[in-house]
Amino acid sequence: MYRSAAYDEPLLNELMKSKKEKSKTPKLLPDPLKRKEKVNIPNIDETQVVRHFHHLSQMNYGIDSGIYPLGSCTMKYNPKICEEIASWDGFASTHPLQNESTAQGNLQIMFELERMFCEITGMDYFTLQPAAGAHGEFLGMLLARAFHESNGDFERNEVILPDTSHGTNPASVTMAGYKLVEIPSTTNGTVDLDILEKTLSEKTACFMLTNPNTLGIFENKILEISRLVHDAGALLYYDGANMNAIMGKARPGDMGFDIVHLNLHKTFSTPHGGGGPGSGPVGVKTKLEKFLPVPRLCKNKKGFFFDYDATESIGKIKGFYGNFSVLLKAYVYLLMMGRDGLKETSEIAVLNSNYMKKKILDSGKYGLPYKALRKHEFVLSCEQLKQEKNVRAMDVAKRLLDHGFHPPTIYFPLIVKEALMIEPTESESKLDLDRYVDALIKIANEEPEVVKNAPNNTPVKRVDEVGATKNPVLTWNMI
Amino acid sequence: MKFIPNSSIKDSMLKEMGLNNIKELFSDIPKKISVKELNLPKGLSQQETNQKLRKIACKNKTFYDMPCFTGGGIKPRYVPSVVRSVTSRSEFYTAYTPYQSEASQGFLQSMFEYQSMISELTGMDIANCSLYDGVTALSEAALMCTRVKRKKTFLIPQNISWEKKSVLKNYAKGPEIKVKEILYDKKTGKIDLKELREHIDEDVSGIYLENPNFFGIFEDDVHEISKIAEDAGSLFVVGVDPISLGITKSPGDYGADIVIGEGRSFGNPMDFGGSSLGIFACKKEFLRQIPGRVVGLTEDSEGKRAFCMALQTREQHIRRGRATSNICTNEGLCALAATTYLSWLGSDGLEELSRINFENGQKLAEDIESVDGFEKAFTGIHFNECLIKSSKDANQINKGLLKKDIQGGLIVDRWYPELKNYMLFGISEMHSDEDREKLVSALEEVSNV
Repeated sequence: MYRSAAYDEPLLNELMKSKKEKSKTPKLLPDPLKRKEKVNIPNIDETQVVRHFHHLSQMNYGIDSGIYPLGSCTMKYNPKICEEIASWDGFASTHPLQNESTAQGNLQIMFELERMFCEITGMDYFTLQPAAGAHGEFLGMLLARAFHESNGDFERNEVILPDTSHGTNPASVTMAGYKLVEIPSTTNGTVDLDILEKTLSEKTACFMLTNPNTLGIFENKILEISRLVHDAGALLYYDGANMNAIMGKARPGDMGFDIVHLNLHKTFSTPHGGGGPGSGPVGVKTKLEKFLPVPRLCKNKKGFFFDYDATESIGKIKGFYGNFSVLLKAYVYLLMMGRDGLKETSEIAVLNSNYMKKKILDSGKYGLPYKALRKHEFVLSCEQLKQEKNVRAMDVAKRLLDHGFHPPTIYFPLIVKEALMIEPTESESKLDLDRYVDALIKIANEEPEVVKNAPNNTPVKRVDEVGATKNPVLTWNMI
Repeated sequence: MKFIPNSSIKDSMLKEMGLNNIKELFSDIPKKISVKELNLPKGLSQQETNQKLRKIACKNKTFYDMPCFTGGGIKPRYVPSVVRSVTSRSEFYTAYTPYQSEASQGFLQSMFEYQSMISELTGMDIANCSLYDGVTALSEAALMCTRVKRKKTFLIPQNISWEKKSVLKNYAKGPEIKVKEILYDKKTGKIDLKELREHIDEDVSGIYLENPNFFGIFEDDVHEISKIAEDAGSLFVVGVDPISLGITKSPGDYGADIVIGEGRSFGNPMDFGGSSLGIFACKKEFLRQIPGRVVGLTEDSEGKRAFCMALQTREQHIRRGRATSNICTNEGLCALAATTYLSWLGSDGLEELSRINFENGQKLAEDIESVDGFEKAFTGIHFNECLIKSSKDANQINKGLLKKDIQGGLIVDRWYPELKNYMLFGISEMHSDEDREKLVSALEEVSNV
């Protein structure tokens, strides 16, 4: 069973106290800027630096440690070959502003990647610039605005979202200056077409949707949704966080979506890095192409080149061309997977999810609100455990750590009470799925006291998160 | 088997579930939109993939093939082996954002250490765990100034990168921030103080200053500018090249309220411009307005020291439409690289590195000026980048340098039409004396044609 190491690892400034020392600054430096005292960071020998971070790594759970079934996060295996290739000097030691003729390899990769994403999603054009999914959403909102304004339509100031949407969706909408309109889902957990129709108006700029949605349910009325949205003159936005469910099965472009973002650190196997770097490419239909960020990647007889002259482009949303190292890893992954590998990825991701769901439901210990068929993820409710034993989703999650597993996403989506949102991905073996299911069932049968006091087998016991917010201590100087 | 262990046993799993065919699991996708086959190539083996990528990599020239003197922010950097060794630990790089703190103490502690060191460097009270890059960090700073001051104008100098201006224009659309540019002084290359005084009014939420600025010049009127901001009731935002902080004052020591910067140079490769690392630090009083993830020190149920993400109530997954930013995925692993790098370097190493960059910058300018027809554009003191005025056509110069296996300066007239044939050269600790000599003799030959 997985057990984390448990060091009382000192902070860097406790390993070695830094001493106050005068700076030696160059004479020529302007006086008002001359540093007086050296920066207060310790001078630690390499041996201790290595051991410090080695210890810290041993107190961290990653996908190589075991199953990591965070719903909507698609924590799949990160192939080692992708890491190795991205570290090659031929890519890592290239400068973004070096002459294009000397970066044709990088440009080829980006060009081909754009084409592959177009094919996978059914969109016409892609930009690779956004650094993350939420960044792609924000770009999507800017594109929607540019589109409407270029049509002389300045009145559209609302974006509609279902109540199952990811938290980044509403945040991106308001950041882009739009008014947020959230609509309730049906009792089936899908978009309510009547309410949508009533909510759409000449004020609607866009409807944002995840499909399959965050309950893991495919919005099978998507073509009607698309018609309603477009009849109202609005655009349809696809949050690609759940793309791992439908590769080679269905494409957002064919469903009628106008703007799509992908999360390469989810669907396309690039590591999440403990919170990034990610990548959130955005695809559009032809009518929106001219608004995409500069530079646009083009090809002529001489080779690939960047075009900065798109007059109606919204400009830039990030420095240079996006997180190239992440793009490269996704490119390597796609070359290996090919058309059949991608299709099988989605098939087995959905199989694994439905397999787990069935085994857990057969136990009768957890509930599954909304209808049964799921795609790559499903959302359980611990409401029954709460009623019977006062055991909450948070307790189940923490107890899973004692059983050596990473918990699922909890308390999301908001419309499910005591939610456990589970996405196993295609990377997990049946053996690991069975073990996880067994642990969940075992926890449901354990004494409530045991579950509520979990975790006990981790380097620290349950962490006081409320305290960290009430009395914020964010640096070693604040201790 | 392509990273899909259950591929070979799917039929028995289906049977166990009472299903006959995997298609049944996709029966909810309408026929009209179901895809038969994607028009993509067949998958390659790992060996084939490796060999294909080697060929593609050969189409690139790296810094080691031809020295790169291109300015504009990014430089080749020495990345100590320790950094790669730490960031290659898969417990770190294959982890998600540390929502489950008990299983993520390692990453959380290193992020706490990152925040601590960034605070020390910048002279600020607090820092977040990273933003996408230095460019978006400026935009987030402008949004924060607007939230804090509830005013609608943000002043930026003309002597910052076009990318920062373009991104800021996009981030400013939502809250309808008026962004005004303050011209630079044509002689020194620094911000024009007179211009700044003319533009300041009671509607200004923040003033941005970059140190060194896009032309590589140190802005040394910092106390005056800080005073101007304070008098107007505006926040003072400073952008830094963090490498310069080994020898220059922390912006906190000259009155900054928010400090941003591009942190890629701390232990991350150039990577063709990304991944990157947005540094964001500020005074404690703006704690609840800060964008992005923040790690805090707290206790576990038995009173033992522990770490977790703090102030999550500002964030999108809790506050949704009213979050301080939409950011979710940030640049965690790049921040870890920076933490490792800084702890390996220490304060002594950082000072030395900073000094080497400054000295190389001075040597670079002297060397280039020794060639007829090239001179420094401005009188201000520069760090490791320098804007050079060429008497010949800059495009021709760069073409000639390229033929001699040198990446030349960045031509800036696209964004500064008044600076025709001006080139921004840059250097770092990675450039040897031979590299500079190679540049000088190439410039001599090229400009004599």
